[in-house]
Amino acid sequence: GALRDLCGSVRGVAAGPETHFGFQTVTEEERREKIYQVFESVAKKYDVMNDSMTLGIHRIWKDIFVHKMNPCPGTLLLDVAGGTGDIAFRFLNYVRSVWEGQLRQKLRQQQNLSWQEISQSYQEDKLKSLGDSQVVVCDINREMLKVGKQKAQHLGYSEGLSWVLGNAEELPFDDDKFDVCTIAFGIRNVTRIDLALQEAYRVLKPGGRFLCLEFSHVSNPLLSRLYDLYSFQVIPVLGEVIAGDWRSYQYLVESIRRFPPQEELKAMIEDAGFFKVDYQNLNSGIVAIHSGFKL
Amino acid sequence: GRACLSRTELRARDERSGEEEVGVSYQLYPGHIPTSSLQKALLAAGSAIMALYDPYRHDMVAVLGETTGCLALPSLRDKMKHHPEGYRILQERPCIRLSTLDMARLQGLPAGSLGREYVRFLEHNKVSPDTRMLPKFVDDEELAYVIQRYREVHDLMHTLLGMPTNMLGEVVVKWFEAVQTGLPMCVLGAAFGPVHLSARKLQVLATQLVPWAIQSGRNASCILNVYYEQRWEQPVESLREEIGILPPP
Repeated sequence: GALRDLCGSVRGVAAGPETHFGFQTVTEEERREKIYQVFESVAKKYDVMNDSMTLGIHRIWKDIFVHKMNPCPGTLLLDVAGGTGDIAFRFLNYVRSVWEGQLRQKLRQQQNLSWQEISQSYQEDKLKSLGDSQVVVCDINREMLKVGKQKAQHLGYSEGLSWVLGNAEELPFDDDKFDVCTIAFGIRNVTRIDLALQEAYRVLKPGGRFLCLEFSHVSNPLLSRLYDLYSFQVIPVLGEVIAGDWRSYQYLVESIRRFPPQEELKAMIEDAGFFKVDYQNLNSGIVAIHSGFKL
Repeated sequence: GRACLSRTELRARDERSGEEEVGVSYQLYPGHIPTSSLQKALLAAGSAIMALYDPYRHDMVAVLGETTGCLALPSLRDKMKHHPEGYRILQERPCIRLSTLDMARLQGLPAGSLGREYVRFLEHNKVSPDTRMLPKFVDDEELAYVIQRYREVHDLMHTLLGMPTNMLGEVVVKWFEAVQTGLPMCVLGAAFGPVHLSARKLQVLATQLVPWAIQSGRNASCILNVYYEQRWEQPVESLREEIGILPPP
């Protein structure tokens, strides 16, 4: 990783491997830099823009995503490109409610114990309000992490949550560490998707699950045309009016078109070593959830 | 009044912001974002609403001006073309920027001169000519310059009309500019700007300032046809008379 970057900088920007930034052709280094700048620029208005562009529907997509994950208390989750924390907070809410449900269940079964014994066991369990579940939010962009931390403070999330600055292509974690690894609306912005998938595989425990939520391809021709019209005509305008930033949102809609469709992404996930790889379309393919297991 | 290094300067600014143009072949000038008619219509509506909602979004006022100026801008450009001084401005493309102004020299000019009063205005209101937005959505390179010139001349209008940059002053200048340029953005700004003013100010506005602004606007020759950079030494009074701006109430 480090050696590759060193070689890249010695060769010079012009000589680097070529890739895309939206509909432009750039080198990999240029792409990484441009994307960093896009997210630096949009960080503060990220959530407002998501709500405006998707009319709030992105919240439902993320809810479905965490429901599909169905984490049980005690799960250690790594949320890559987790930026402003949407998945992390939903995860914490989910495990908390499952844990509380389990506690209530346990209490109901303890009918024969004395009051003292019941209150003692209740207190012990209550101390770990999340049942030892933890989420690590990893993002490459400082501004996005900053916004995420502020949100967490504002919403009252502190337990079981940590924030790490890191690159999806080179995760700063040991092998076989996490139960679940997620990346929601982030993998599209990774320059080397294959490396990100390999890294996800590496840091997962055997039996661990990889889940990816991302914009994908709409096969229905009528819906596709309406979606394109909305994407290219309305979204950059929203970006200019709400965030004063046309170009970042122009990049966003272009990057969606450039991203591999469902089957291709499935093949890439399989190439990284995952088994039982499958995907589920939401809203006819506007968004897709891909899932794979490390065995 | 040298022509500023507008193209190189603007390109450097663009590169510093780290973004390249999409579809470079359609770009008519640095910073230009080509847009479809539908996009322009949506931008016009969106920027109008946002400008009303948050009057500190000066960028929205700028976008509104660009997307609605399709009739007024060509007419302004023609006025400039048919006037000797305006024609020279279109050829030489002067820009009012901190980098092109000799602030020390302007400050040294006698009180009452355009240069001195302009610098006094900038200092007193704590504004700078460099905060003007560059045009993005105008699909003609020359018209983009016309609207840029209009924005740069706006501060000079404040100086010539003697209006501060508070809400009241801005509205008065907008009335004057609406009559002068016919830009829909000025008309809308003039009509809706007063929404944010108190009753007392509204009264002063309606009884004294607006009638004066309209009369002056009608009486005056086209403000874009004055090569301000060559008239820093001219006394403000004399310039007012020459253009046809009536003395402020």
